[in-house]
Amino acid sequence: MTSLSKSSLDTDSRFSIGKIFRLNKLGRRILSLVIFFGVWQFLCAIKFHFFINFNFLPSPIEVVEATWEFFHDDPWVHFRSSILRVLLGYTIASILGIILGIFIGAWQKVDDFLSPPLELLRPIPAVAWIPLAILMFPTAEAGMIFITFVGGFFPVLISTVKGVESTINDTVLIRVGQCLGAKSWHIFKDIVIPGALPSIASGLVIGMGNAWFCLVTAEILAGRYGVGYITWESYVTSNYPPIVMGMLLIGLMGAISSWAISHLTSALMPWRSIEKQDA
Amino acid sequence: MPEIAVQSQSSAQLTYGLVEVQDLSICFEDKRQTTTTILDKINFTVEPGSFVCLLGPSGCGKSTVLNTVAGFINPTEGKILVDNQPVTKPGADRGFVFQQYSLLPWKTVFQNVEFGLKIKGIAKTKRRELVKEYLNRVGLYKHRDSFPHQLSGGMKQRASIVRALINSPSVLLMDEPFSALDAQTRHMMQELLMEIWQDFKTTVIFVTHDIEEAVLLGDRILVMGVNPGHIKEDIAIDLKRPRHIDDTLTPEFIQISRQVLATIREETLKSMEC
Repeated sequence: MTSLSKSSLDTDSRFSIGKIFRLNKLGRRILSLVIFFGVWQFLCAIKFHFFINFNFLPSPIEVVEATWEFFHDDPWVHFRSSILRVLLGYTIASILGIILGIFIGAWQKVDDFLSPPLELLRPIPAVAWIPLAILMFPTAEAGMIFITFVGGFFPVLISTVKGVESTINDTVLIRVGQCLGAKSWHIFKDIVIPGALPSIASGLVIGMGNAWFCLVTAEILAGRYGVGYITWESYVTSNYPPIVMGMLLIGLMGAISSWAISHLTSALMPWRSIEKQDA
Repeated sequence: MPEIAVQSQSSAQLTYGLVEVQDLSICFEDKRQTTTTILDKINFTVEPGSFVCLLGPSGCGKSTVLNTVAGFINPTEGKILVDNQPVTKPGADRGFVFQQYSLLPWKTVFQNVEFGLKIKGIAKTKRRELVKEYLNRVGLYKHRDSFPHQLSGGMKQRASIVRALINSPSVLLMDEPFSALDAQTRHMMQELLMEIWQDFKTTVIFVTHDIEEAVLLGDRILVMGVNPGHIKEDIAIDLKRPRHIDDTLTPEFIQISRQVLATIREETLKSMEC
C-alpha cells in the first residue's frame, strides 16, 4: 500500500479514484492491459476515423471469436507445420551461425573472406528473400525453412563473433591459460568458448524470436497449413479478425520459445545463475 | 622439473629457479613514430629460492619487467634466462599471479586450480589428491565447488596463488597480487604467502608499490625508478624469518623502511610530474 492511500484524494468515499493508486504492482499491470483492450474495443465500436482508420480493424471481441473458431477446427495441423518449419530453420541457423561465428571471430583470414558477403546479405529483410526462395529451392517447404533460417542465422552469427572476439581480447584470461601451460587448443576450449557463451546465448534467444518473426513472411509461400499461412490467407481474403489472431499467436509462440531457449542456455552457464554469498 | 610435495620442508637450497635479466630494454613506437623507452637496460639476477620484490611508483615499468620474464611481452633488446634457458614465450615453468579478475569465471575453485594439471595430462585421481592438499593448505577446500563470483577478494587470490603453485613452477611471478584487497585481508594474505613460501621455497619475483609489503616479504628489494624504467637500488633485507605482521612495527623494520622510502620518494615525485 502506498502512502497515497492516505492522501486527500481518498477522503470522500471508499470507491473514489484514489483507489487506483492503492493497487499493487500486479494490479496496475493488469489494469493497464484492461485499459489497452478497452480503448481498442471502444475505438472499433465507435468506428473511429481521424487520420487513422479503425473501421476495418477487428475489435478484441472479434479476435477472440476468431480464435475460438480457429481452435475448434483442427488448429494443430497448423501449429505443427509452423513449429516444424521454425524448428528446422532455426536449428540449422544456430549450428551454422555458431560454427561460422567461431571461425570468423578467431581467425582474421576467415573474417576477411567471409565477412564482406555476409555483411551484404545481412540487412536484406525476410520479404525480399521470397523471390529467391522460390527460384532456388526445389519445394515451397524448403523455401519456407530457408526464410526462417535467414531470420535465425544472423543474430546467432553476429553475437558469436562478438563473444569470441571479446574473450580473445581479454588479455588477463588468455595469459592465465598461457602461464598454466595451455596450448592453443586448451585456450580455445577452456577460455575462449566459455567466455563467448553468454554472448552466444543471447544471440540464440534473439535468433529464435526473429525466426518466428520471419514465419509469416515464409508462409506466404505455404500451400495449405501454418499459422503464418492462416494470417496471410485471411488478409488476402479480407477476413480480418484471424489476421490479428495469427499475429498474436505467432508472437506468443515466439515469446514462449525464446523463453525456453533462454532457460536452456542458462543451464549451460551455471556460473551465472547462482546468488552471491558472503565469504 | 621435479614436483614439490606440499609437506616438504626444503631447508636445502633449491638448484633451479635462477632468473637472469640481461640488458633488458623495451621501447615502444607509437603511431606518430615517436619512440618511448619504457625500460632501459635492466640487469639483475635472482638466486634460486629467493624472494625478490620489485618496488617502484606507478608507471615505472615494474609490471612490464614481470611480463617480460613471464614471456607475455618480448624485449626490444636484451634477454631473460630462466635456468639458463632463454625466455621466448609463456610457460608453466613461470607461474603468474595477477592482481585481480584472473580466475576463470566458468570454472569452480576446484576446476580452476586443477586446470594446469589437467593440461599436463595428470591422471584424475592424482589431480584430485593434489588439489585437495593445496586447497586445504589455504583453507579453501570447503569452497571447492564455488564459482569465483561467490568468493571474496582474499579467497580469489588464495585460489590464484595455489593455482599457480600446484604446477610446481621454477619461478612464481606475482603482479601486485594484494593491491586490490582491503588492508586487513592484505595483511592476512601476506602472512599466508610467507607461510606457504616457507614450504615451497620457490623463487618469487613480487611486484608492489607498497614499501611495507616489500620490506616484509622480500629477501631483497629492487627499487625501480621512472623515465625510463631502471633499477635504482638493490637493497638486501636482513630481517629474520619467519616474519609476521607485528614485525612491521619493530625499530629495525622501520629503519629499513625509512631507507627504502628515501630512495623511492624522489622517483615517486618524478613519476607524478609526467
